[in-house]
Amino acid sequence: MKKNPFAKRHIIETCMKVIMLASLILVTGTLGLILWTIIKNGIPAMSWEMLTQVPKGGFYMGKEGGILNAIIGSLYLAGGGTVLALVCSLPIALYLEAYLGESKWGSYVRLALDVLWGIPTIVYGAFGFAVMVSLGLRASLLAGIIVLALIELPIMTRAMDEVICRMPLEVEQAALAVGSTRLEVALRVVTRQMLPGIITAVLLAFGRGIGDAASVLFTAGYTDRIVTSLFRPTASLPLAVFFQLGSPFPEVRARGYAAAFILTVIVLIVSFGARLLSSRLGKYTIK
Amino acid sequence: MEPHIQVKDLNAFYGKQHVLKNINIEIPRNKITVIMGPSGCGKSTLLKTFNRFFELTEYTRLTGNVLIDGQDIYNRDVDVTEVRKVVGLLAQRPAVLPMSIFDNVAYGMNIHNMKKDRNKTREAVQHYLEIAGLWEEVHTRLHDPATGLSIGQQQRLCLARGLAVEPEIILGDEPTSALDPISSQNIEKRLIELKKDYTIVIVTHTLRQAKRLADHVIYMYLGEVAETNSAPEIFTNPKHERTKQYLDGIF
Repeated sequence: MKKNPFAKRHIIETCMKVIMLASLILVTGTLGLILWTIIKNGIPAMSWEMLTQVPKGGFYMGKEGGILNAIIGSLYLAGGGTVLALVCSLPIALYLEAYLGESKWGSYVRLALDVLWGIPTIVYGAFGFAVMVSLGLRASLLAGIIVLALIELPIMTRAMDEVICRMPLEVEQAALAVGSTRLEVALRVVTRQMLPGIITAVLLAFGRGIGDAASVLFTAGYTDRIVTSLFRPTASLPLAVFFQLGSPFPEVRARGYAAAFILTVIVLIVSFGARLLSSRLGKYTIK
Repeated sequence: MEPHIQVKDLNAFYGKQHVLKNINIEIPRNKITVIMGPSGCGKSTLLKTFNRFFELTEYTRLTGNVLIDGQDIYNRDVDVTEVRKVVGLLAQRPAVLPMSIFDNVAYGMNIHNMKKDRNKTREAVQHYLEIAGLWEEVHTRLHDPATGLSIGQQQRLCLARGLAVEPEIILGDEPTSALDPISSQNIEKRLIELKKDYTIVIVTHTLRQAKRLADHVIYMYLGEVAETNSAPEIFTNPKHERTKQYLDGIF
């Protein structure tokens, strides 16, 4: 009964454990390193001004001002894009579940969504730009929102689809057994069961939307003013990071890191908020 | 008395597999009818044709008629949701809906717009929870998640939910097989109480339960109805060789 640590199976077990632990350390270590870098480089430039003011004259040479324009712009862009994507993707996901299911058409739709998911965001940006040019439109908040919604749509729909697929069949049948229509099952039962998962899907999409620079570069433009109309260009945080990090002035580069820090904090706040919300709403779900 | 459910020349197929063969039976009103038979004989399938759950499975085909009060439920202009409102189902494992205890019972009433206001709904919820013998246990926590109940309580909640849409027929697909003995007994007691108002059809593979509950028995074998008769008759004097063997525990 004595354990032989050099038996082949024990050696394999130990090796695997080491590999798994190493991967864990690699991932968490990377996250830590990212946070440390933006905090270390960004904190010196962080100030109340950064959060509450728009760029003033000479801002891009290290003079006073802030990036309120980019913060507001990013919230509008990602918020609007996420709402628009949600409005379209929830019906698609429910339709996939309730009517298409595992059928041939269902798999075609899923394939199309997966392909869309894989397309680089710069392609979406270029596509949006081409459409805008052909219609004679200029870069604007609305165009940015629409392109972000297009980027977020496949992510959200597929994430919801995966969540909805895990809906217990017996629960659906229980609702059908008292005479529900398919739509009533989808709206009153499936969405309730899946609410926490749907929130996670929305969050995932929002995170991708708010962090994307390539798509808004062409479609939303950039401006030092706070956007007041859907038809005007707007600044965004990823582009604020991009422009400022490329500056020859060290003060401006520090502000780039500070902008990255703000972006990260926004994503963290939204993540924790969504977690809290989904654990409250998850009270009734069937485990 | 006129039978409540009539099945005429019913044949059912899963793909190419012929699972129900020329079924012709009548199910009496306000009685407990028990469908018995060895595993895979088609008893659950037969039950599923009564509330049109059979068609939920893909690649299935059905010929023949199932008549409830003389009306063919497979007729083109019959609304399937109305059929399922009239024919309730108690599943093998209780499946509560992802909502509170109260909302589970109120669900069916809400989708069918049966109650005019919240007060009427509340009264009805209490009424059906009482019938299901659950009110005493849950009345202080009606708005807690239904998943917090024990399996036995969940099955009684499912019974209350089914009764709340005012069905005439209750189907039970081995409704006590997932429950402990005491909870099973509780459900059996409810079913016996309920038969004065409802027609009940139960599938079971426990012979003793069949003997406790049945007024009328359908014995199935390999997709066919081997014998159907009143309970005392079939248990004391089975006509068919297969039934006799089953009752004696020989296969």
